[in-house]
Amino acid sequence: MTLLDRHIEFVEALRTAGLPVSLAEGLDAVRAIDVLGIEERETLRAAYAATLLKRQNHRTGFDQVFDLYFPLLIGDGYRIVPGDRHESEDPEDAERSGLSGSDDLVGQDGPQALADFREALTDALALGDPDVLALLAREAVQRFGLIRGRGPGEQRWSSYNVMNRVSPDELVDEVLQGMGLATDDDPAIRRLVEAQAQVFERLVDAEVRRRAAEVRGPQHVARHTIRPGIEQVDFTSARKADLELMRREIQPLARRLATRLSREQHARPRGPLDFRRTVRASMSSGGVPMETRHKPKRPGRTDLVVLCDVSGSVANFASFTLMLVFALREQFNRVRAFTFVDEIHEVTDRFETSNDPAQTMSELAASARYASLWGRTNYGRAFTRFADQHPDALTPKTNLLVLGDARSNHTDLALPVVKDLTYAARHSWWLNPEHARNWNTGDSAAREYGRLIPMVECRNLTQLGEFVHDLA
Amino acid sequence: MTQKSSWFESPADADKRLAEVGYLSDTATSTTSYLAGALEKPLLVEGPAGVGKTELAKAIARATGADLVRLQCYEGLDEARALYEWNYKKQLLRIQAAGDQSWDETHDDIFTDEFLLTRPLLTAIRREEPTVLLIDEVDKTDVEVEGLLLEVLSDFQVTIPEMGTIVAVRRPLVVLTSNATRELSEAIKRRCLFLHIDYPDSEREREIVVSQVPEVEEELAGQIVEVVAKLRGMELRKAPSIAETIDWARTLVALGTGTLDAAAIDQTLGVILKHASDHDRAVRELRLRAR
Ligand SMILES: Nc1ncnc2c1ncn2[C@@H]1O[C@H](COP(=O)(O)OP(=O)(O)O)[C@@H](O)[C@H]1O
Ligand SMILES: [Mg+2]
Repeated sequence: MTLLDRHIEFVEALRTAGLPVSLAEGLDAVRAIDVLGIEERETLRAAYAATLLKRQNHRTGFDQVFDLYFPLLIGDGYRIVPGDRHESEDPEDAERSGLSGSDDLVGQDGPQALADFREALTDALALGDPDVLALLAREAVQRFGLIRGRGPGEQRWSSYNVMNRVSPDELVDEVLQGMGLATDDDPAIRRLVEAQAQVFERLVDAEVRRRAAEVRGPQHVARHTIRPGIEQVDFTSARKADLELMRREIQPLARRLATRLSREQHARPRGPLDFRRTVRASMSSGGVPMETRHKPKRPGRTDLVVLCDVSGSVANFASFTLMLVFALREQFNRVRAFTFVDEIHEVTDRFETSNDPAQTMSELAASARYASLWGRTNYGRAFTRFADQHPDALTPKTNLLVLGDARSNHTDLALPVVKDLTYAARHSWWLNPEHARNWNTGDSAAREYGRLIPMVECRNLTQLGEFVHDLA
Repeated sequence: MTQKSSWFESPADADKRLAEVGYLSDTATSTTSYLAGALEKPLLVEGPAGVGKTELAKAIARATGADLVRLQCYEGLDEARALYEWNYKKQLLRIQAAGDQSWDETHDDIFTDEFLLTRPLLTAIRREEPTVLLIDEVDKTDVEVEGLLLEVLSDFQVTIPEMGTIVAVRRPLVVLTSNATRELSEAIKRRCLFLHIDYPDSEREREIVVSQVPEVEEELAGQIVEVVAKLRGMELRKAPSIAETIDWARTLVALGTGTLDAAAIDQTLGVILKHASDHDRAVRELRLRAR
């Protein structure tokens, strides 16, 4: 493949991974590479990034695709592994052959091999040397990542296998012990070590993708395994590491929204003329009024009541939304928040007292206890209890926001109560974290509730940000 | 015709010359700075506050012997402050003093260079010497200003209705910075090369500290950088930036601190953390006080 072919395919793969690369930007990249001449790989990466990557939240996807099209190594990389002896064997066979002391690295797995490897990894995590971690990630995939290929000779690799065997998370405590620290002695160091474990995990992922790309072509891998930016990841399918990233996105997102909102408020038509200030300003130009001065506008702020389903699957969605709403609370006159499973529980004060998102999240999770009587989601019961216990919460100046997937275990929906709530409030919305195509399937009461309260799909941070912006 | 100006010869050259003027670069920064000159494209530098975005523009100017023209952006910045403005007061006086001169003549008189207040964008375009144009903190402006920037950065020319079109004799190297408090328009981004600067890794940060505060002992610098890394790992409202790391090092040197122990950190934490809640959290998580 010529360099230009590779370039074209690379740009195409970036587009598939969700980076909006324009034709002009593609040409800029060609010019950049042209003036650079043949360069070292990291320089090439920098040149591509400078010309094609225009948003930092696309960085991860960009790097993954770059690594596929411009890999650092080929094959087994740093070590030449003889033969493909294990390719048609079961992983169990591979383990046995590890026990029997085979020299091959591919698939060489067994208690001793694993123990040795984990020891080496523990040392590397303590040192935090990226090169050593990269080397170990490669070795880990070779040893523990092999899964049986479909056809003869087709090797396949899985990071799940590796993580399952190696469990780097569990090594964090050992690293800390090695430093003479108990698990909770120093949370700051602990976090640094955990970050190293995550680096290792990402390196393993990258190595698996690289190997897959050698077998199935980079295009295939780019299409199937590159995940979108965190703002596009569905709340309901987020992994633990994603949730952490999402939580960290909330404050910046709130800041961006607040900036945007204050700009838009300034951009609205000016307030009434301020005669005295205009005259005073004209003094400096000999009494000629060059500039008019205006009185500030008074944007009308509304109250907001949020009802959130905090049962299992949608709890994360609810807490992100609440965190965002409270981060923007200056935009509202008053915000009250209630959580429910089948019982209603007010959580407003938890947001008012604490500025700490990590703590808020865990307190919110704990509050699910109070929101749950029988433990099975029951929207009808929760709405009824809300109407009974907080009859004054909704006024003609209040907007009502319901968060949840509308899955109510086939219980009574209490539609008349919901109708009364919508009459009491100024406007009502329902945010549903499920993909709209899944509404109305199974026990979803999206259609019934959607007739009373306009239902909006809100699957990821991007959609959430847009909605909250329009709400404020 | 625009003159071809030579900025850096290669990424390695950029790296070396930036280091010579005190800016410690990395591969991405050097490569992108080189490309900005070689391709004559504006460079948009994005990243959190205090990671050296503004300093990069200044360092490029120092390293290439160019002069720096700076447009500081703020909310409410308008064309009159960014591009040019007529000096009304002076014009008014001139009109009053015109006596029986015909209006046409007066008109021609008052719309000349003498009455023109050039602002940074126009200044940069008119300069004949090598110029780095720094448009600092673009994210603070309103969207309309982006439209203006786009016009200027596309053609490097400015049309003043009363005077005609002014074309750049020599294109300035343009650096825009943004703290990403909002997304800039797609059009601006398409026009620019993009560089995201983040907090540096510990090794580079230590080098930066040592180069900026030469009095600091290597060991102390290492300890400072290590604590700063821990602080950045915490979820703080405002994480410490390079600027704060440097300030901290200066403070500790001034206090004659030899080793950074819990007491020393506790005493001086105010230098790097600006919010009370961040302060409390750091004291708690770094176990600074015996419980
Ligand atoms: N790479 C670097 N080399 C040397 N000094 C740096 C570097 N990055 C940052 N600094 C220091 O950090 C300070 C803050 O940088 P500044 O450019 O003001 O940040 P920003 O514009 O990103 O908010 C600078 O004054 C400079 O002393
Ligand atoms: Mg700055």
